[in-house]
Amino acid sequence: MAIHQISVFLENRAGQLAEITALLAGNGIDLRAINIAETSDYGVLRLIASHEPEACRVLRENGFIFSSGEVVAVGVPDEPGGLNRLLQILAEKQIDVQYMYSIFGQPNGMAYMILRVAAPAEASALLRANDMHLAGAAELGIVSSDQERQE
Amino acid sequence: MERYYQKEIECASRDQIRAWQDERLVRQVRHVWDNVPYYRAKMEATHVAPDDIRSRDDLYKLPFLSKADLREAYPFGLLAEPLEKCVRIHSTSGTTGKRVVAFYTKEDIDLWDDCCARALAAAGAGPEDVCQVAYGYGLFTGGFGLNGGSQKLGCLTLPMSSGNTDRQLQFMEDLGSTILCCTPSYAAYLAESIHERGLQDKIHLKAGIFGAEAWSEQMRQDIQKSLGIKAYDIYGLTELSGPGVAYECSAQAGMHINEDHFIAEIIDPDTGEVLPEGTQGELVFTSITKQAFPLLRYRTRDICILRHENCPCGRTHIKMCKPMGRSDDMLIVKGVNVFPSQIETVLLEQGYTSNYQIVVDRVNNSDTLDVLVEMTPEHFSDSLAEITQREKSLVAALKAMLGIFAQVHLVSPKSIARSEGKAIRVIDKRKI
Repeated sequence: MAIHQISVFLENRAGQLAEITALLAGNGIDLRAINIAETSDYGVLRLIASHEPEACRVLRENGFIFSSGEVVAVGVPDEPGGLNRLLQILAEKQIDVQYMYSIFGQPNGMAYMILRVAAPAEASALLRANDMHLAGAAELGIVSSDQERQE
Repeated sequence: MERYYQKEIECASRDQIRAWQDERLVRQVRHVWDNVPYYRAKMEATHVAPDDIRSRDDLYKLPFLSKADLREAYPFGLLAEPLEKCVRIHSTSGTTGKRVVAFYTKEDIDLWDDCCARALAAAGAGPEDVCQVAYGYGLFTGGFGLNGGSQKLGCLTLPMSSGNTDRQLQFMEDLGSTILCCTPSYAAYLAESIHERGLQDKIHLKAGIFGAEAWSEQMRQDIQKSLGIKAYDIYGLTELSGPGVAYECSAQAGMHINEDHFIAEIIDPDTGEVLPEGTQGELVFTSITKQAFPLLRYRTRDICILRHENCPCGRTHIKMCKPMGRSDDMLIVKGVNVFPSQIETVLLEQGYTSNYQIVVDRVNNSDTLDVLVEMTPEHFSDSLAEITQREKSLVAALKAMLGIFAQVHLVSPKSIARSEGKAIRVIDKRKI
């Protein structure tokens, strides 16, 4: 099941990030992963929310500018060489990783890598074929929009 | 079909308009000479007497009045009637120093209301309309001016004043407003709010009269599209009465000046010389019917062009173009003239909102020009590279328009204060 990441526009201003975290916290939304990319002028907050549709609703209603897109979540052993194996597979097939961030310290001894690639479905298939451990929404403890649509 | 309020005046022959102007100007100069020592002293200083003014051809002989004169003569120095004949004042939102106060007799207000009623009729309004006046009521002339015109025309008038968007939309929906009068930036804001709340099907506006702020043709198109209405410009100054000095007709191409009340001239702002018709220069007005506060040759600081043409609407009064900028709003940055309207044009062309702010500062003896621009969902991307690319193309377009570099700052939507009166578009931090 696809994992959706939410990307939020961040104005370069003290307190802007705290406004978003307060909003999500106030609506009972937990953050599974978070990453910020910034320039001197503005930034983009990327997050994996425990309840993606709800997070989108809250952000929309509060006038934030954001987008939601599919990413690939891969579990790798939290040990030397764990990440390397994953990246070798992708490099061999010339799959460009636009950016990547991680969730460490999971109780099952895994580290999860969140990958942004141009074609998530293809990358997922390739990784699966190489016995990589792809994490679904349930494993990360999140509710995605796909799930809502199925229900 | 074109609607009029005073067709015999609005469509009078040029000879008739000329005759009104000649007669009223001569009478007005005498009235001012007799009652306004401040202006009489100016005339004496330039060796002009009332007898020298026999028709509007002699107008050029009279000395100019400027905003500085109005401040100097504050509060009663230009008053031409005893206070017991005056019934109201209005005042401009002065940015520096003293405010400017203008006085009105009952007749002055009556004629001003006529001017606003003409503007509303030209926008297609009539007695069956519900006119929502969302200009500020108070010292600002917008609210009272359109209110007076709307009542004269027989519209059901909603004196909403500015602000309180929830209430504006509620009345607009419940009372079925068909005409909206407010600043263009507030019209754009109301349009956004209507879409956000999904009220499009419950709003019955057909036209809007939007003035008191500079706005571009692109902004007109956006408001028209977003609200499904015709958007008309209106022009005026508190010093001359208020809105309704000039107004747009169905042709939406220039504003007819109410020439039976105001004589317009275009002058070279540097030399004061009168320029021929069709030439760009500073707009100067002489009010020929006002009793309490009759200004002769008042320099507006608006840069503009005047043109006589056969307007398809049938009106014969001269047209002024939308002011291209104000000689006192004009910024000089690194020695280059910058009009906020130029920046607005670029932003709208690139799909940004018209809500922006210009910040001018001086760092290490060099001017800096920063433009705060609101991010939109269309310009947002998960990729910094894409956002930066769009930002660069905006910077390039601004450079092409202005001739100088402007630093763009992307900010959150609605983080720039929306005006419910006049927008604060420019912050000049330079200490010069």
